[in-house]
Amino acid sequence: MTDSERTSSSNWTIIFLCWIIAAVSTLGSLFFSEIMEFAPCALCWYQRIFMFPLVLIFLAGLFPSDKNIIKYALPLALIGWGFAFYHYLLYSGFIPESIQPCSQGVSCSQTYLDLFGFLTIPMLSLISFSTIIVLLFILKRKISK
Amino acid sequence: MKKLNIVILSSIFLVLLFVLGIYLYKTQQAKNLDFMARENASIFVRDYSQTLGSDDAKVYLIKFSDPACETCSAFHPFVKKLMAVNPGKIKLVLRYAPFHDGSDYFVKILEAAKKQGKYWETLDIMYRTQGHWASHNNPQPQLIWRFLPRAGLDLDRIRKDMNDPEIEKIIKQDLADAETLNVRKTPGFFVNGKPLASFGYQQLQNLVESEINEKY
Repeated sequence: MTDSERTSSSNWTIIFLCWIIAAVSTLGSLFFSEIMEFAPCALCWYQRIFMFPLVLIFLAGLFPSDKNIIKYALPLALIGWGFAFYHYLLYSGFIPESIQPCSQGVSCSQTYLDLFGFLTIPMLSLISFSTIIVLLFILKRKISK
Repeated sequence: MKKLNIVILSSIFLVLLFVLGIYLYKTQQAKNLDFMARENASIFVRDYSQTLGSDDAKVYLIKFSDPACETCSAFHPFVKKLMAVNPGKIKLVLRYAPFHDGSDYFVKILEAAKKQGKYWETLDIMYRTQGHWASHNNPQPQLIWRFLPRAGLDLDRIRKDMNDPEIEKIIKQDLADAETLNVRKTPGFFVNGKPLASFGYQQLQNLVESEINEKY
């Protein structure tokens, strides 16, 4: 294997990992809403809006391995991360409930799930978006080298 | 192509994981409900709950419903037909899950009608005229009063009785039970404590028939 082949193969792996994370997050959120029937609150919907398309974007970027993927995926991931971070602050009580935007319908601060005592749904979302962003920045650095 | 295979295999794996998750979750839910049905039957049927059908019936069909819900209305004649086809074998228990905004109002009218012995007549009228007063984009709850006389009700008494705080308690208890039983949409059906796993007329009929076959 030549050096350039090795780099392109590891670039592919990074995009592949991003795709896996997006796919797992998408299926996971569908599981919560469709199978466990937790109604998604407004903030959850915004995060979904930025997570769901990433599955297709990363998939398209895999064949053939496309460095331009950063340009398309990073804005989505960053905005999604913003919503996830806000939701996380709301959930964990850093932002008082009185200023939350979704008082009607489904509450954004009601805890539905508490895995192992610390993992909540907004936290899972925040972890997914953060990991995707970190991976994309690693890819960016590797390409610019 | 090797990379393509990796992606295809991962996709298959994720989908299988999803399906397995569904299976495990549903089995676990069914187990929990079965346990509740045996240990704490009053979650399904409270003393105040309105029932229809013979007390000797061995199949209890519990319906969590909302007077303003279209699907509940659509299922109403179907449930009655099921009961007519299997005379004496099914007992219908009506529970409230007034999830629509302002549905409490109609539940209160219904409970007030119970005091005049016209519960089921009133429910029939409500479901039949629902389109007039419960349309989603323009609900006009006051219009219901036009149709209530058809059930032979004394409207002045209804207006007085519907403010009974006991009714408020009934609604609260039913909502609490609905939450315990994981009812998040209406109508929510249980047959002898077993939930309707996938929603539909045929599925409900199958579940009822399988319970009848088991008990008779």
